[in-house]
Amino acid sequence: MTAAVANSTAHSIVEASPRAKAVAGGLVILYAVITILPLLWIVATAFKSQSDAIAYPPKVIFEPTLEGYVNLFTVRTRQTPDFIAKLPPPETWYDKLVRERDMVIAGPSKVVPRFVNSLIIGFGSTFLAVFLGTLAAYAFSRFRIPLADDLLFFILSTRMMPPVAVAIPIYLMYRQLNLTDTRLGMILLYTAVNVSLAVWLLKGFIDEIPREYEEAALVDGYTRLQALRKVVLPQAVTGIAATAIFCLIFSWNEYAFAVLLTSGEAQTMPPFIPFIIGEGGQDWPAVAAATTLFVVPIVLFTVLLRKHLLRGITFGAVRK
Amino acid sequence: MSEPARSRATRRVRGLSDRTIAWLFVAPTIALLLAINIFPLVWMIRLSFTSLNLSMSYLPLRFVGLDNFRDILTDEDVWFRLQTTAQFVIWSVALQVVIGYGLALLINRQFRGHSFWTTIILLPMMLSPAVVGNFWTLLLQPQIGPFNYVISLFTGVPPSSFSMTGQVALAPWTIVLVDTWMWTPYVMLICLAGLRSIPDYIYEAAEVDRASAWRQFWSITLPMTVPFLMLAVLFRAIENFKMFDMVNLLTSGGPGSTTELVSITLKRAAFEKWRTGYSSALAIILFVTVFGAANIYVKVLKKVKQR
Repeated sequence: MTAAVANSTAHSIVEASPRAKAVAGGLVILYAVITILPLLWIVATAFKSQSDAIAYPPKVIFEPTLEGYVNLFTVRTRQTPDFIAKLPPPETWYDKLVRERDMVIAGPSKVVPRFVNSLIIGFGSTFLAVFLGTLAAYAFSRFRIPLADDLLFFILSTRMMPPVAVAIPIYLMYRQLNLTDTRLGMILLYTAVNVSLAVWLLKGFIDEIPREYEEAALVDGYTRLQALRKVVLPQAVTGIAATAIFCLIFSWNEYAFAVLLTSGEAQTMPPFIPFIIGEGGQDWPAVAAATTLFVVPIVLFTVLLRKHLLRGITFGAVRK
Repeated sequence: MSEPARSRATRRVRGLSDRTIAWLFVAPTIALLLAINIFPLVWMIRLSFTSLNLSMSYLPLRFVGLDNFRDILTDEDVWFRLQTTAQFVIWSVALQVVIGYGLALLINRQFRGHSFWTTIILLPMMLSPAVVGNFWTLLLQPQIGPFNYVISLFTGVPPSSFSMTGQVALAPWTIVLVDTWMWTPYVMLICLAGLRSIPDYIYEAAEVDRASAWRQFWSITLPMTVPFLMLAVLFRAIENFKMFDMVNLLTSGGPGSTTELVSITLKRAAFEKWRTGYSSALAIILFVTVFGAANIYVKVLKKVKQR
């Protein structure tokens, strides 16, 4: 393969030959299709009935049902057919769906509070990290700060720490401060992890805005802070938005801290999803439904972030 | 922050020197990191010299000097876990680099629709490792999962006769497989940036000299992209060395301890056996390793940046 690849590189800069392009396209599409299949399988599983989800051989063609989604959002109890027959007729389509399986809805499941936790912790920590990060990045970009390189490395290194290792002392500290299993505790923790990325990314974005703009504003009698607000920030808006989405994705996806430091109150989606249990084991359609709902925003963000992805994953040091 | 609050703040700080502003802007971030990272770290160092066990926290804090470190470094089990981790890191990084670089070379040919397919390829690395570990558990179920079924279609081996996550011989490879599925796009993206950083005129000059395609690859493409490759290797190695989430869900270290990476050992010692002193010492060993690697990472970053 390498030979074929090298062969094409010779022309790729000028322009690859149509045949080389076709071969490359074919191989890449093959890889893309194989890589996306597991995800598509999950999305499909979310629309299967319980029995279709665990059928052998695995079912590619099945009758779609919203059972998985109903199961995800409700807690159900099994009843005798007699009992169900005596109930007044079902009021909603999901009542009907559940009764067909000899069950009645006993109440809502915990998925909504968990989703809300993910949202609050995600947006809270993102807002804080981007706010603090913008200030620090501006300072690092525009002012002479003693030991700036060392400070920047220190900031980066905090993100490199293994979560499991840091979780031990944080667990102890949070226990003393009554912050274990609280949203505030998780927001602060995720802010601390995200702020390092925010500083590095935003410094790159702000470095690209010519200093002359601010200098002109300063000459016009603006103060530094006015220049920052009226000249630099508007120019950095795209960068700030991209940074915010990266921070949000991190908090949204984070699992290690969440599973070690939360148990109920502040639990987010990632530690919750694997433990959606139905009758007799994992309720795969419901798990798949939760996964699908959880992943949709990420897919949208990936499309939005395409241009900035490389910066985001290398702390802004490499751009495309 | 609301508008009026802002302008009041502006008026108050008018005339502040740049130095004061710089300090004011950097201080909150540093303070937060000191509170949430450095303070706990120092606490952890202190604990690593004690025999604290949280399930018996009524016992007085007893300082045992370097005993924990000695216990860890002389424990064959720990060395075995480190070996397991190293093998996992080496195999998955190697696979990701080979496939990722190959893909980058292909995508760099700019065929029709390449940006659409690139976006699709990038999806796995944007997902939560926990969610990935969880749904691969379903895909790899011996009885109902599509993976075993597809394998059996091609090989004729009955699907329920092997379990990717439950068998000693297969479980480590399963971790490598899923990690490669998830993180190859990351390597690909960095390689792509490397390839695009090579100026056209170098190839044009090589064309004039009638250098063969093979020759161009070895003398131009590869050397010019090496710093980017190093960046990808380093970052993936650091991330994989401390990997916890995906493995915890896929195999939780099992079967037995065949896929028990150091981070899983650490989690068990700290949050199941509650041996806080011991696990703090292990965490410090882990941290020092990652910190060393992070140092190299930053040096490579600088080199890449200079281009």
